Amino acid sequence: MSAPAHDDHAAGGSAGGANHGSLRSYLTGFILSVFLTAVPFWLVMTGVLDSKIATEVAITTFAIVQITVHMVYFLHMNTRLEDGWSFLALIFTLILVVIALVGSLWIIYHLNANMMPGMDMSQVP
Amino acid sequence: MSENTAVEAPIFCLSEEHEHAPGGSTLLGFWIYLMSDCLLFAALFATYGVLGGSYAGGPSPKELFELPLVAVNTSMLLLSSITYGFAMLATYKGRVLATQGWLLVTALFGLAFVGIELYEFAHMIHDGATPQRSAFLSAFFTLVSTHGLHVTVGLIWMATLMVQVGRRGLISENVRRLACLSMFWHFLDVIWIGVFTFVYLGGMLR
Repeated sequence: MSAPAHDDHAAGGSAGGANHGSLRSYLTGFILSVFLTAVPFWLVMTGVLDSKIATEVAITTFAIVQITVHMVYFLHMNTRLEDGWSFLALIFTLILVVIALVGSLWIIYHLNANMMPGMDMSQVP
Repeated sequence: MSENTAVEAPIFCLSEEHEHAPGGSTLLGFWIYLMSDCLLFAALFATYGVLGGSYAGGPSPKELFELPLVAVNTSMLLLSSITYGFAMLATYKGRVLATQGWLLVTALFGLAFVGIELYEFAHMIHDGATPQRSAFLSAFFTLVSTHGLHVTVGLIWMATLMVQVGRRGLISENVRRLACLSMFWHFLDVIWIGVFTFVYLGGMLR
């Protein structure tokens, strides 16, 4: 499995990996992306789901799946690319992104809650 | 085995570095640049997430965003992604004209995307929804126009490469540059998934 990839790397050097993608993989990714884009738009524009929370969860799920589809079919990401260094950088970045997003939203939400106008500061111990 | 190693002096470094093809590490380096760009966008998304509900009495997303326009914009970027994929397939087959043709199609879709975005911005600013109006609009314009700026830079890069490929053909340097732009372009599409989901669709749900 690793032998042909290594040969390709040594011979080509230009592409840096064995994984160029094929017409089939691009078309698969495209069809999946169209579906994964159309459904969230349809959900929000028609308001099929009654609750906003359910719609938000649904469109977030679709976004995460679509990002994965793009990573796999368009960016050809896998755990073997560049001996795994690309994937390692991706995982590290994802961790930082999650910390930045969740941390910001969480902390500022609580700050907002504490700074509500009309709050009686004398009651705060 | 153990006798030999005991006699020989231990070697702690490679006396001669094994050969690397020139540019062999470019793609990994470019990927790491993209990951750092991802952190930039994460900071902007976090800012939008925090400020996205602060209208300061100004217009809200529901009054501003036109989802059909955003849907057209999204399809432009998605189509440009698949046509760039076709350009890369032509590149690996060594077809110069096909590569340039698909790059041109991709650039036209990209131009349409930037054009529609500028039209949307102009429309909003005309209605008084400027970046100065509220924290929500400041965060919105910063996030979406940073993405638009990236697409614009990608278009300039694409035009440069079309000329390069025309003059030098599909030499290994050009193939490497095309592969880098491929990653850049698909990465921008990934960022746009976050924009249309959390800014536009999420904004309509607020």
